[in-house]
Amino acid sequence: MTGDELRQIAENETARRRRCKHRVGVCMAAGCQSLGAERVKAALESEAQSAGRGSEVEVHGTGCLGLCHAGTMVSVESASPDGTPARKLYERVDALGAAELVSHLVAGGPEPADRRVPADSPFLAKQTRIVLSGSGEIDPERIESCIASGAYSALERALSEMTPAEVIQEITASGLRGRGGGGYPTGLKWATVAKAAGARKYVICNGDEGDPGAFMDRSVLEGDPHRVLEGMALAAYAVGATSGYIYVRAEYPLAVKRLRTAIQEAEKLHLLGNRIFDSAFDFRIDVRIGAGAFVCGEETALIASVEGKRGAPRPRPPYPAASGLWGMPTLINNVETYANVPAVLTRGASWFSSIGTQKSKGTKVFALAGKIRNTGLIEVPMGITLREIVFDVGGGIPGGKKFKAAQTGGPSGGCIPAHLLDLPVDYDSLLSVGTMMGSGGLIVIDETSCMVDVARFFMEFCRDESCGKCVPCRTGTVQMHRILERITRGEGRPEDLTRLEELAELMGATSLCGLGQGAPSPVLSTMRWFRDEYEAHVKEGRCPAGSCTMKAPAVARPAGREVRA
Amino acid sequence: MSVTARAAQGHPSGDKRFKMLDARMRRHQHSPDALLEILHGAQELFGFLSDDVLVYVGRGLRLPLSRVYGVATFYNLFSLRPKGEHTCTVCMGTACFVKGAGEILAAVEAAHSVKAGSTTADGKLSVVVARCVGACGIAPAVVFDEEVSGKQSRETVLARTRGWTGA
Repeated sequence: MTGDELRQIAENETARRRRCKHRVGVCMAAGCQSLGAERVKAALESEAQSAGRGSEVEVHGTGCLGLCHAGTMVSVESASPDGTPARKLYERVDALGAAELVSHLVAGGPEPADRRVPADSPFLAKQTRIVLSGSGEIDPERIESCIASGAYSALERALSEMTPAEVIQEITASGLRGRGGGGYPTGLKWATVAKAAGARKYVICNGDEGDPGAFMDRSVLEGDPHRVLEGMALAAYAVGATSGYIYVRAEYPLAVKRLRTAIQEAEKLHLLGNRIFDSAFDFRIDVRIGAGAFVCGEETALIASVEGKRGAPRPRPPYPAASGLWGMPTLINNVETYANVPAVLTRGASWFSSIGTQKSKGTKVFALAGKIRNTGLIEVPMGITLREIVFDVGGGIPGGKKFKAAQTGGPSGGCIPAHLLDLPVDYDSLLSVGTMMGSGGLIVIDETSCMVDVARFFMEFCRDESCGKCVPCRTGTVQMHRILERITRGEGRPEDLTRLEELAELMGATSLCGLGQGAPSPVLSTMRWFRDEYEAHVKEGRCPAGSCTMKAPAVARPAGREVRA
Repeated sequence: MSVTARAAQGHPSGDKRFKMLDARMRRHQHSPDALLEILHGAQELFGFLSDDVLVYVGRGLRLPLSRVYGVATFYNLFSLRPKGEHTCTVCMGTACFVKGAGEILAAVEAAHSVKAGSTTADGKLSVVVARCVGACGIAPAVVFDEEVSGKQSRETVLARTRGWTGA
């Protein structure tokens, strides 16, 4: 494969696209699939055929189009007289909608306007799509389609025009930070691995998206797998690795299937393998499948799991950059981080760093879920306010209910209360209010949910997922969960709140890995902003949200019969 | 006779699935780091990981049984007990949780007198809790066998599970 051949593939595909008047992309992400996307796709195809216009309308599967609750989503790209394709988005397309849509496209029938998502709707207007730019446009199961949209062109250019050091320099200059949650500067990490000495080096992609309520990585892997593969290849070139692994949750069978197809197709075209683009650079990628352990999102645990062992973390240092997979220097980044890399190299560091805030550059993909109208996948510039995300992009709270809090960072994060709705969403602002960016799950909670119960939910999660290696996490999560459960049952005691705080401090300071260190965060955060709810439970025996089944106000317990927490 | 050669002879029971398991191990050159992949494969073939299968995998990959057992019990997705004919997986991710997945689970448990993580006495239905199936946009989500269904309610879920068990 040479650069010219790559461009030839892209041209052929573009020419093929031009031959049909309308390209109809049906969202084939998990959400829409479960709402019947396959049937919609088949209906669109057969409608076009029976209208005798099969050659004018190309129907293809595509990645997540965002509005998961309004599936099946369909994007229509129609050739306009001036050559630039016009794109329209339709929601809630079913078999009937498919028939209406095809009749509108080929036979001049009326547009199914009630299913149309207006281009100026805040859901679309406030988004900036970098990582998700291919979702909706490309067919993730055909590499030609991805190449036509620019896949592997950054790799080609880097291999022919840039030294590894220049690639790292560009990434550093862009200000890209790790999208897995911590926000560590990506360029710095790459430079450390590049400098590390080792017989072999590895590149790992962390796709073990374990936070409950998060599905960004899933959507990226399903919707645009080549973007991630290209990002990994660029990283490998920059740090001097020849072999890479993508670790994906077993709960995401579709992502695994698409990745395997993508890797095979890339190998067939020699975009992965030996002597890529006739350079001296060799790089292979293997898929590794998890088996349902949240702790494997922690980098040292993930490495143990790739080695075929239990996913138990180990103390750092040494960091994986010095001693990772099989004791070799290892670069480990999140799916979304790698997915940003090709765009940074194609459009330049200064373009990338023009988006976002001073310390958080670029965009962030969020999975909007919970009590919000537009549940789905969004990509917004860093620094956007929470209010804009919830009320503009997200469309607000359904059922006339009041916004109570937004939860970010999953079981290691915290809640943002209503009075902080104007907080800019970036790494540092979120940390300053006691939560974190996390991988991008954003769950909206309304007045009907009890915050103590939310804290209990996350603590139960951490209790079940603690690997058991270190004592503070193994026993701390059990103890904290017991106390929280007691409070939600209406049997809380006045000293419980102090006890929770003590345990939280101890666990945060002494646990081995991020799971145990972060586990108290949801409790501390809800206690900080919603202490009145805790107190109402403990002191008054009532649940202000009315969601906990409280016992009748407890009679004073007989002294001396202290039940151990 | 080397360990690998012994394993390659298949299982004394003559069960063909062990031959298929051998083929998978060969594809990974009997490398010990392929343990997770092989266990995934074994569970696909047999439905669950019996002691017999664990011993067999250990021999094939030249790993002590302690290591195989340790890994098989560490990860939530590996099951050491047979599953029911059908599986109802209730997602308890945060998004599903705030939209009432807990009530759905309680209803299923009560209707079939079965606890999450176990199987009905007649072996027809296993009820499983998932951490998050990543279908948060269509919460609450329930997986019936392999098929993810979104926007579920107590009624829709019970209609499906009752259809399976005839209860």
